[in-house]
Amino acid sequence: MKNASLPISIEKITKKYGSTYALDHVDLEIKSGEFLTLLGPSGSGKTTLLTVLAGFTRPDGGSVKFGGTEMVCVPPHQRDVGMVFQNYALFPHMSVAENVAYPLKIRGVKGLEAQERVERSLEMVRLGGYGKRGIDQLSGGQKQRVALARAMVFEPRIMLMDEPLSALDKQLREHMQIELRQLHEKLGMTTVYVTHDQREALTMSDRIAVINFGKIMQLDTPRAIYERPLNKFVAEFIGESTFVPVHIENGIAQFANFSFKTLHNDSRHGAALLMLRPERLKVLRDQDNLNTQFNEFSGQLVHLVYQGDSSLLEVKLPNDLLVQVRMPSVELQNHQNLQAGALLRLAVSVQDTVVLSAEGGTS
Amino acid sequence: MSALPNALALRRADSIERLWLLGLVTPAMLLIVITMVLPVGWLFYLSLLSDTGAYTTEHYVRMWEQPSYMRTFRATFEVSIMTTAICLVIGYPLAYFLSELPKRAANLCMIAVLLPLWTSLLVRTYAWLVLLQRKGLINNWAIELGLWSEPIALVHNMLGTLIGTVHVMLPFLILPLYASMRAIDRNYLRAAANLGASPMKTFWSVFFPLAMPGMATGALIVFILCLGFYVTPAVLGGGKVIMVSSRIANDIEIFFNWGAASALGVVLLVMTALLIWIFMKLLKISNPMSQVVKS
Amino acid sequence: MKWFKQPATDTQITHQSRVWLYAVAVVVMIFLVIPTLLVIPMSFSASQYLEFPPRKWSFRWYEAYFSSAAWMQATATSLKAGLLTALVATPFATMAAYGLHTSRFKHVNWIWMLLLTPMVVPVILIGIGVFYAYVKLKLVNTLLGLVLAHCMLAIPVVMLVVGSALKSYDMDQERVARSLGASPFYAFWSVTLPQIKFAVVSGAVLAFLTSFDEIIVALFVSGGDNSTLTRNMFNALRDQVDPTIAAISTLIVLITSVLLILTQYIGQDQSD
Repeated sequence: MKNASLPISIEKITKKYGSTYALDHVDLEIKSGEFLTLLGPSGSGKTTLLTVLAGFTRPDGGSVKFGGTEMVCVPPHQRDVGMVFQNYALFPHMSVAENVAYPLKIRGVKGLEAQERVERSLEMVRLGGYGKRGIDQLSGGQKQRVALARAMVFEPRIMLMDEPLSALDKQLREHMQIELRQLHEKLGMTTVYVTHDQREALTMSDRIAVINFGKIMQLDTPRAIYERPLNKFVAEFIGESTFVPVHIENGIAQFANFSFKTLHNDSRHGAALLMLRPERLKVLRDQDNLNTQFNEFSGQLVHLVYQGDSSLLEVKLPNDLLVQVRMPSVELQNHQNLQAGALLRLAVSVQDTVVLSAEGGTS
Repeated sequence: MSALPNALALRRADSIERLWLLGLVTPAMLLIVITMVLPVGWLFYLSLLSDTGAYTTEHYVRMWEQPSYMRTFRATFEVSIMTTAICLVIGYPLAYFLSELPKRAANLCMIAVLLPLWTSLLVRTYAWLVLLQRKGLINNWAIELGLWSEPIALVHNMLGTLIGTVHVMLPFLILPLYASMRAIDRNYLRAAANLGASPMKTFWSVFFPLAMPGMATGALIVFILCLGFYVTPAVLGGGKVIMVSSRIANDIEIFFNWGAASALGVVLLVMTALLIWIFMKLLKISNPMSQVVKS
Repeated sequence: MKWFKQPATDTQITHQSRVWLYAVAVVVMIFLVIPTLLVIPMSFSASQYLEFPPRKWSFRWYEAYFSSAAWMQATATSLKAGLLTALVATPFATMAAYGLHTSRFKHVNWIWMLLLTPMVVPVILIGIGVFYAYVKLKLVNTLLGLVLAHCMLAIPVVMLVVGSALKSYDMDQERVARSLGASPFYAFWSVTLPQIKFAVVSGAVLAFLTSFDEIIVALFVSGGDNSTLTRNMFNALRDQVDPTIAAISTLIVLITSVLLILTQYIGQDQSD
């Protein structure tokens, strides 16, 4: 395959508004052909970083390289990146085909060749034959796909997407997530995707960069981010979790009268936070015995909420700490004693016993 | 912060972009500075020069001392205040009526307000001359219908001036007032009624205050325009109603007295600026642009 | 007549009790419109004295207008000045409005106010000021001088119209266009301009009317061969009531109405 993508190298990118850092000396290496998601809450700086890549925001300083070429001073119209905006921004005074042909026209591609490329691009987003339609005749999902076709038609080697699916309803959104991922795999260009929806990030990305306060909190694969968050912010932002204050020494985390063996055979000593994910906690039956790969503790059941495919149990630990346990509803029938007040035996695998530093910094 | 890579180049690119944008504004700015700001500024200077070219405040002092100037100022203020008052009285009901109409009907009726606004001032002034003169339409009809027996002087006096000026100024009051009224959320009125207010009370305690900004803006525009109004009072006043603008024109055309004319013009400008400033302070408008673009 | 007793407002005021409001509104609307409209039939009256309704109909005043060299010259001057003003003021003002809209400069509002001052300063002052400057620059009684002054008066008007349209325009579209490879100028030209073209055309029409109807500056600054229609009409009004003016007025009213109604309709189409 010809070189369909470029790596992106971001170095010390900084943008300050008054006394606040929108971007704080950000360093990021994006691999060629990778699907990288910038994930964070609003105001985290994820969109600012994207607009810096696009050229619409001029940083105070730093370097942005596409495939080794310095781009940070290059104006947007010379960067040759494809971009999809949150509100589609289709040109209302042009037809669908004219919209998609726009970048080709600028690059001097006209006539039959342009027509063919436009039609091919539309077919790739499953809108073949829609060329003559007006923009106002399209639904939200269709508009988004035209915007995509328009951004792809000139075969950019880098694609930037700014929360493109947030205006669509849930079902359409999930469908488009899969389509976007498939397109990416087919075309192979480097894609930088911005979203605040952690589920979306987990579904679509090769790697996720979790951002807050203009800094990257963690850069890793979806699985690593979910199972090994480096700090409290990342742990809280992705998935559900309960935090238990513990005292860690020699690799053992101590809470009340419970000892948790942790994965980290490190030399940390002092106060820390134990992260427990509800779906990783098991409720043991009286007769169950565990091997050493599990940590066991117990608590009192406060109440149980049936939520369809899974059920949520709220359990009270010593020191009045409430922890949530998520159990597939099909297992409810295996337990006899699930009334309020019952004493439950709980277990968590040592693999899932993650300890974060108390301040929320990296471990 | 320690030197970031490319910081200098980025700052330079930023400055270039800013210069480009400012450059777009330059032609308009140059034109206005050269054709208005400089000439009017020069007039300020002229108002302080005597016939011989020496510095003097005689032009301003004369305004204070000579009674004819006082008459001019009085006439100007009389016309302005009365016009504004009449416009308010007859314009408020019309604006209210329009604001209650459905959008399409209101737009249609708006043509009645916009058409005179954009029809040539001279045409409108001429029309009133024809209507109001001794052998004009109104006198002829009134005599035919027996309302009065001798033609009444309806023009070339204060009455004619007022009629013509009100006619010209009315749209300037109605437009901002209408915009203000249209923007009032009808839920406020419903809430007042629900809480027990009679229609009269609802109007005075809820509607009238909410429409006040538009009313004040319209009244201010009318008043300021009247202060400097020339054409209609000159034609319909027939030389009997001398306003500041007529005086200025006469000083130039007949007497070539640049000093006197400029001084009078400066006073007019200062009065206008003062009124606008007071208005903005009273209504606590910090961003005048939002008000202007709205109307 | 049942409609009369229907409530007109949420506060249950009936139409009947508000009849006085409707009467006043209608009377005021008539007051606004009728005087100008009356001039139209009167211009066809055959007699020297304008009468309504005309006892005998005739085109004589129109003939007087079209056959008078002086009137025709003045009309040509006014039309030329109007067109030139529209041609110059519209791009200047559009550029300025666009530049100020997209600029991140802190004091943009001050520049806006400066550019709007011709609307606030009393016209008589502008008139004598320009006259004085033109005497020195030898621009009195020239078309160039007149057009420059009229452009100054027209720029604020066009800026308000275009500025208002830009406010409700989504600048993201220009950003998209630039991300697709369009230079800033091409992005404006191919994406933004087509979408604000109604406002620009509207502004141009208003610029034309501002110049065409302008009296005071023309009074001082246009004269002799370059005297405008308005100047001649004004002088004629002060001397005597010449019925030819009725004919000219009718033509002016018709042209103005057509222009304005056209722009209103084009506006409706675009916003639908």
